[in-house]
Amino acid sequence: MKNEQAKKYGMVIDLDKCTGCGACMVACMAENNVPFKKDETNKLDSITWMRVFQLTNGKSFPETDICYIPRPCMHCEGEHGHSPCVSVCPATATDYSQQTGIVSQIYTRCFGCRYCMAACPYHARYFNWWDPVWPNGMEKYLNPNVSPRMRGVVEKCSFCFHRYQRAMEKAFLEGRRELEEEEYQTACTQACPAGAIVFGDLNNEKHKIHQIVNPDPAHRGRPKNPKAFRLLERLGTNPKVYYLSSREWVRRAGDNYLPHEGSGKGH
Amino acid sequence: MKMDRRSFLSFVIGGAAGTTLSPLPWKLTDDLAIWSQNWPWTPVPEKGEVSYANTTCMLCPGGCGITVRKVGDRAVKIEGTKGHPVNNGGICILGLSGLQLLYGPTRVPSPLRRTGERGENRWQKVSWDEALAWVAEKLADLRGKRLSHTVACISGTDGGTVPRLMERFLTAFGSPNFIRTPSMRDSYEMTLHLMQGAQASIGFDIENADFIVSFGSGILEGWGSPVRMFRANSVWKENGVKVVQIEPRLSNTAAKSDKWLPIHPGTEGALALGLAHVILKESLYRKDFVGTHTSGFDRWSKEVVEEWTPEQVETVTGIDKSTIVDLAKSFANAKKPLAICGRGKGNTAGGIGEFMAVHSLNALMGNINRKGGVWAVPGSDHIHWPEVEMDAVASAGMQQTRIDGAGTDKFMHARHLLHRVPEMINAGDPSLVQALFVLDANPYYTLSDKALLKKAWAKIPFILSFSSFMDETAQNADLILPNHMYLERYEDVPYAEGFNKPFIGLAKPVVSPQFDTLHTGDAILRLAKALGDPVEKAFPWEDYEGCLDDTFGDQWEELQEIGYRVESDFEPGSRNTAFETASRKFEFIPEESKDAAKNVMVKAEGEEPAYPLVLIPYDSPRLASGFIGDPPFMIKTVPDTVLKENDLLVEVHPKTAQSLGISEGKPAVLKTPKGEARVRVHLFEGIMPGLVAMPTGLGHQAYDGYLAGKGINFNDLIGPVEDEVSGLDAAWGIRAKLSRV
Repeated sequence: MKNEQAKKYGMVIDLDKCTGCGACMVACMAENNVPFKKDETNKLDSITWMRVFQLTNGKSFPETDICYIPRPCMHCEGEHGHSPCVSVCPATATDYSQQTGIVSQIYTRCFGCRYCMAACPYHARYFNWWDPVWPNGMEKYLNPNVSPRMRGVVEKCSFCFHRYQRAMEKAFLEGRRELEEEEYQTACTQACPAGAIVFGDLNNEKHKIHQIVNPDPAHRGRPKNPKAFRLLERLGTNPKVYYLSSREWVRRAGDNYLPHEGSGKGH
Repeated sequence: MKMDRRSFLSFVIGGAAGTTLSPLPWKLTDDLAIWSQNWPWTPVPEKGEVSYANTTCMLCPGGCGITVRKVGDRAVKIEGTKGHPVNNGGICILGLSGLQLLYGPTRVPSPLRRTGERGENRWQKVSWDEALAWVAEKLADLRGKRLSHTVACISGTDGGTVPRLMERFLTAFGSPNFIRTPSMRDSYEMTLHLMQGAQASIGFDIENADFIVSFGSGILEGWGSPVRMFRANSVWKENGVKVVQIEPRLSNTAAKSDKWLPIHPGTEGALALGLAHVILKESLYRKDFVGTHTSGFDRWSKEVVEEWTPEQVETVTGIDKSTIVDLAKSFANAKKPLAICGRGKGNTAGGIGEFMAVHSLNALMGNINRKGGVWAVPGSDHIHWPEVEMDAVASAGMQQTRIDGAGTDKFMHARHLLHRVPEMINAGDPSLVQALFVLDANPYYTLSDKALLKKAWAKIPFILSFSSFMDETAQNADLILPNHMYLERYEDVPYAEGFNKPFIGLAKPVVSPQFDTLHTGDAILRLAKALGDPVEKAFPWEDYEGCLDDTFGDQWEELQEIGYRVESDFEPGSRNTAFETASRKFEFIPEESKDAAKNVMVKAEGEEPAYPLVLIPYDSPRLASGFIGDPPFMIKTVPDTVLKENDLLVEVHPKTAQSLGISEGKPAVLKTPKGEARVRVHLFEGIMPGLVAMPTGLGHQAYDGYLAGKGINFNDLIGPVEDEVSGLDAAWGIRAKLSRV
């Protein structure tokens, strides 16, 4: 790994552009063989690696406003890779990669204790209460790059890690050790019809995400861009998913504040 | 050895302790976990060579280019085609779910002939030869009785080769009854025809507009070509283009707009004229354009100035008069302002008065056929087939009045009036429709006034669906002749809705047909053959592909390779030639529809006090509400504030709910003059008090267990409201009553 600078893949989602259409959710389900049931209206057991939530400013008609916020796995770095879920996993089924900054999930190691689900402050992890069942014939569209999960394991967004692997394999075959920005993009980024999602290496100054977010290494990657924020910044989870919004109330909704606290930014 | 109590206990306890300390239990637990995770019923997707195939999506009229990722011969993922003129790499939620339709259980596996009662869903598989022979026999019988005009076709689209083959078939056979399903296309076509004399599709140069006023158009719900609109919205955000959304509910579009103006539903046309009033009064209109290129301006402006003062418009619309004045000024002061209409996704027609009022705003700003404005885009001209030679039966049939009355003296400018058909069928005895074909449409679900529709349906002796999927119409047909679905077939897509350039997309087979289906183009050709001359000789092609090859001529190969054809340097006609009205000018008050301006608002059906509230529909990008139903992926994304188990939630303002004594999530009965449904209530601050909003696209009875039985079909609760001037269905809502249970 000598020639290789460590990557820190991250995502920035522009909430001014996000329309709440849900294409990212379906792109993710299609790419990652996420199963579905006849009734998916109990959202606690509805597996959605990427999920679009609706925020509201709490005001009454006609001042009320809503904003959609897509929530993948935040791929928290915590301090030196001690993300909340990685710290509690007794089976090392989830791990923080120092090479890519991606929090992995290894289904065959997971034995379903769900500590990680309790630890994750973003509800980004889902448990397979049932074996996945595809209607007769529908297995045909399953993607061979992602293994379907079985009953009893936890799953979550992987930043489409299999796409990273494929891109790296291709690069290695061509004698390269580095990827171009567009060679590795997640399914949701690629699909978003509004172009609201930007994905790339936060450590690489040439990548769009770095330029948009301008992470501050002295403060655990907190964005210097005043429009940018992270969810629950004050927990210190150091997430790699950033959001942009021009609306103060949206930025403020990204964290918990006491009534007397004024700022929409973390501290 | 003697076994006493003490040694027995030592043995058991020692053994237990020994086993616990050994790796055995851990190994067993681990093995058990591994075994349980390798149950053979968890599928392992087959590997194979990866390839990509480009085609055109046909799930809505958007005309997007899609790239299908294949592994071996399996299609595994649909993505947007980079560089495509319409969607450039983007894709919508429905387009992404296409493979669930391809491989899903909703496909019709072979020709099916009904064995039980209609709608019972009991079928018998029949061979294609048998099925086609049966249809041909029925048709020959009708033709023999000189009843050729009683054959009708309801089609979701027109202009492409397949609907045109169907239309041609009907012509040669002797029926004028090719009827397209309603959408805002009807009203915009008529607007262009009346005001500009153009036979054209509407195109919006939205990317170049710099101020958008949308009269309820769901720019981010699926209006126009959805991905293109989403992309344009992002460009607007980057460039600071202002969007003002006028509608009674805080939709996705309203939430993303710069200003949301809640308005009393159905009064949008009045607001448009109110804005025009201010622009005229303050003399903010483009005099160069209005002076040289328009006609009837003086009369129209006099009427508008007299009748639509901000005070009056405030009373009607509920929008503050100072807001009206401000909006009119901002609109008029923008360089390239654009006014658009067509509610929600544009799946309904709407009143012509409203469309003309909104279009007049564009005319006032001279924003017609120029950059950032509204363009009249000529229809695709790729089909040049020889005239049909009609025999006596065909000519007699073609001279009959259309069942829907379109083109008659009363509805001179309407081309398709599907909502009138059930009423007409019920009025005649025997039914005016003896055989009904349904192509790329699901009228049994999408038509309103279900009581009337069901009565009419029962009177039609023979119903044939060409659907690839077991939708409501197919389920209630007598025979299904399943088409290849769009990923399995060739077909030209003759336009992309709202696109401002002439465009033809080509759908190409990316996988081989998965079932015993037949291209509807081929089915039509084979039917014509079976009927013999004179119908047969109208179709000089061996098969459908031969027809396509012949139609596109020397451009066929290029079209196949690129997948679309676009006139990227298309400019709308110069103004001196663009208006083909009698005056060669833009008509503010077209002679043929003088009363349209007086008819800018259409009243909702139902009266107070029996129905104190107003029910309006709302569209969502996550709910397909056209002829395709939600695939499992999409229905999964529907929030639990819209659908909870099988219950649909209607949106009501907390104050309205309080006055009715209903709280969040509680059941209620929703009653309209057309129907009644049990719903649950979701309290929402983003809806005007006094209204009830209901999502469209739910309440399917057909398709699969992932969709059927979930929620209520909005079309079951509403009926058409005919616009007196145009004949189009202008219903935008209906009066309703909500009561707790």
